[in-house]
Amino acid sequence: MATLILAPLATIGRSVMRLLTGVGRVSIYAGATVSHLFRPPFYPREFLIQLMQIGFLSLPVVGLTALFTGGALALQIYSGGARFNAEAVVPSIVAIGMVRELGPVLGGLMVAGRVAAAIAAEIGTMKVTEQIDALVTLSTNPLKYLTLPRVLAATLSLPLLVAIGDSIGIFGGYLVGTTRLGFNAANYIQNTVDFLEAWDVISGMIKGAVFGFIVAIMGCYHGMNSGKGAAGVGRATTNAVVSSSILILASNYILTEVFFSA
Amino acid sequence: MITLSDVHKSFGPKQVLRGVNLEVPKGESMVIIGGSGTGKSVLLKSVLGLVRHDSGMILLDGEDVTRAARDPFLARFGMLFQGAALFDSLPVWQNVAFRLMRGHLKRPKSEAREIAIEKLRRVGLKPDVADLYPSELSGGMQKRVGLARAIAAEPEIIFFDEPTTGLDPIMSGVIDDLIREIVVEMGATAMTITHDMSSVRAIADKIAMLHDGVIQWTGPAADMDSADDPYLRQFITGSADGPIEAVR
Repeated sequence: MATLILAPLATIGRSVMRLLTGVGRVSIYAGATVSHLFRPPFYPREFLIQLMQIGFLSLPVVGLTALFTGGALALQIYSGGARFNAEAVVPSIVAIGMVRELGPVLGGLMVAGRVAAAIAAEIGTMKVTEQIDALVTLSTNPLKYLTLPRVLAATLSLPLLVAIGDSIGIFGGYLVGTTRLGFNAANYIQNTVDFLEAWDVISGMIKGAVFGFIVAIMGCYHGMNSGKGAAGVGRATTNAVVSSSILILASNYILTEVFFSA
Repeated sequence: MITLSDVHKSFGPKQVLRGVNLEVPKGESMVIIGGSGTGKSVLLKSVLGLVRHDSGMILLDGEDVTRAARDPFLARFGMLFQGAALFDSLPVWQNVAFRLMRGHLKRPKSEAREIAIEKLRRVGLKPDVADLYPSELSGGMQKRVGLARAIAAEPEIIFFDEPTTGLDPIMSGVIDDLIREIVVEMGATAMTITHDMSSVRAIADKIAMLHDGVIQWTGPAADMDSADDPYLRQFITGSADGPIEAVR
């Protein structure tokens, strides 16, 4: 009888313990990475390569996501706004929605899919083929050589990606607004510019930086802790994408609460 | 000299090393033999600090390896990994010269490349291999590049983790001869783990057999065939019958 009651509790307890252990490990890992930021040796070449891989090469993905989202947003707000004769708000709502929420969140999620997976797969493969051990025996700290350049590149490039995505998303809304919904081009732009505040844009870019950090840390952490063989690397890749996506959505709520709760 | 005394290591409930005692004198070539999964790799990696042992002492020239300053400590070692473990994002010459291009051994790129090509030549590879990527090489060539990388910074101690696994018999012979030559000409201390008996005969000054987490037998290579330790006998003859349980 006692086991019947206690067994489910024990299961819950074990899961909670495992979750907390994971959170603790990731935190220690992230802390250790950041602590190397100002301690030589530095690997500028690795950093530039990652800036290219993570930042520049994510532009098409983020741009296309933003373009279609901006367009769909304009259609939705137009038809929704029509219910209370507020079609005129389309430009300002598209701009605010894109810049504050959809730009950073969708951009972050797309980068999570592209970058966290790639990082976890690459580092995981290095781990199972003993390349990480080889790095250590060659007096090179993997945290400095592999993790820090990726984390730094992602944290610095995501805000820029978000800013570019914001512009493209607003442009998507503009295209739909002027071609399908009958807005005057000059008025649309005027409305967008008038209602948008600097803080809207900056808060979105700060979100981007946080999401970039999350994506790179989760990719590296899961790669470094990859299990053996192809299955291990596959699991590490999945875990990296899933955990970074959830963390992006959770931290987005917290950041929005901090930035905008009255 | 490398000294291991009463080294223990477990992974979860699985006890891999149960009190290993071993001495590897300076300038000697020690080969550790034993079946798959007996902890040979773990032993090698514990010396380097890639795996942290649970208890016991590992000393390098009398200094505890866990307390030694990492960079100067690791600079004394070179290691050839089982699968070569070349960095596939870097061309061959940058793999070989990896240590010479960063850290306190850093030197100009052209000089590092020259040394890399010289080391590649030493292991029997032509200079035109230098600009290829590891994935473009055969297994035997990758092993040679790994060997060139291990000796690039002229280490005092070289570790070889199953240097001939996965190679054909002739290539195995070539790698064995290379290892022997290089170790002798550099005067390096070598520790090799293998279960390839022809490697053992080619490389070893001394042999230690690891079984069940302890060193079952150790002695000079010349004494191996006359030793009457039943574990060693079974291993040398490759017999399925004997004290070592063969899982079928």
